[in-house]
Amino acid sequence: MRKSKLIILLVEDNPAHAEMVLRSFEQHNAASHIYHVSDGQAALDYLFRRGDYENPRASPRPNIVLLDLRLPKLSGLEVLREIKTTPDLKCIPVVILTTSEAEQDLARAYADRANSYLVKPVDFDKFVQLMHNLDMYWLGWNYTPCPDRRNATNVINKETQ
Amino acid sequence: MRGDPLTILLVEDNPAHAEMVIRSFNDHRVANKICHVLDGESALDYLYRREQFAHPTASPRPHIILLDLRLPKISGLQVLQTIKNDPAQMSIPVVILTTSEAERDLAMAYEGHANSYLVKPIDFAKFSQLINDLGLYWLAWNRQPWDES
Repeated sequence: MRKSKLIILLVEDNPAHAEMVLRSFEQHNAASHIYHVSDGQAALDYLFRRGDYENPRASPRPNIVLLDLRLPKLSGLEVLREIKTTPDLKCIPVVILTTSEAEQDLARAYADRANSYLVKPVDFDKFVQLMHNLDMYWLGWNYTPCPDRRNATNVINKETQ
Repeated sequence: MRGDPLTILLVEDNPAHAEMVIRSFNDHRVANKICHVLDGESALDYLYRREQFAHPTASPRPHIILLDLRLPKISGLQVLQTIKNDPAQMSIPVVILTTSEAERDLAMAYEGHANSYLVKPIDFAKFSQLINDLGLYWLAWNRQPWDES
């Protein structure tokens, strides 16, 4: 298993759902830090280190993005597309975490290269179980090719279209 | 897909590793059906229902694909690219399961849109734990679009 300081970017506009995620991770003392943003624009500002997130200390590179679909300003799918078409970001696993079971949402998410798609359990105990398994799997077992870049500049290169 | 047995396509040329995967799944009773092929060409024959896999009952659509990188005939990366460039197949999660920790392999796998990349533990107890967590995550929690075929 990998051992490193683990960063989760949670993109969730519903405060109650965000709270459930944070509490679930606290429950099993995961060695992870969760950074929470409440809309799609903030998610991209965080990842591209713009605006409020210019300072890398305020926006450490996440090991995983938990992404809701229904978001203010920019939708989850738009955020997903930006991540998966940007060379410096595309290797970060993006796990959709949504209430939607709609076929259309599932199909679009996979077409836009989501790594995984999870439906939020209504029951809190199940929610905790899901977060625990998610943590074990993505932050424990899964490997990514994006090591911490100690010498990285703040500039993220966007692929020219 | 719904109501079908939970099916894993295991693409693994090393018989000992394949044995470990199959034993672990059986121990944890997570998957209903494991289809094992030994090379890249057979993996694609399976997915496209060709040759010995022509009949759909011989090749139920997998819920996930566990894919080694070093394979005879067609490499794991080529299999990955074929799947992920095909709209009809791209929504099947492909989990790389390999001995390689090489940065280049990691980079190429993610470039090829692998959903996940796992390195096989040497220790069987750890291997079994990995398979348990993997099975739970991809078969019990993860969702995919409904298969029309």
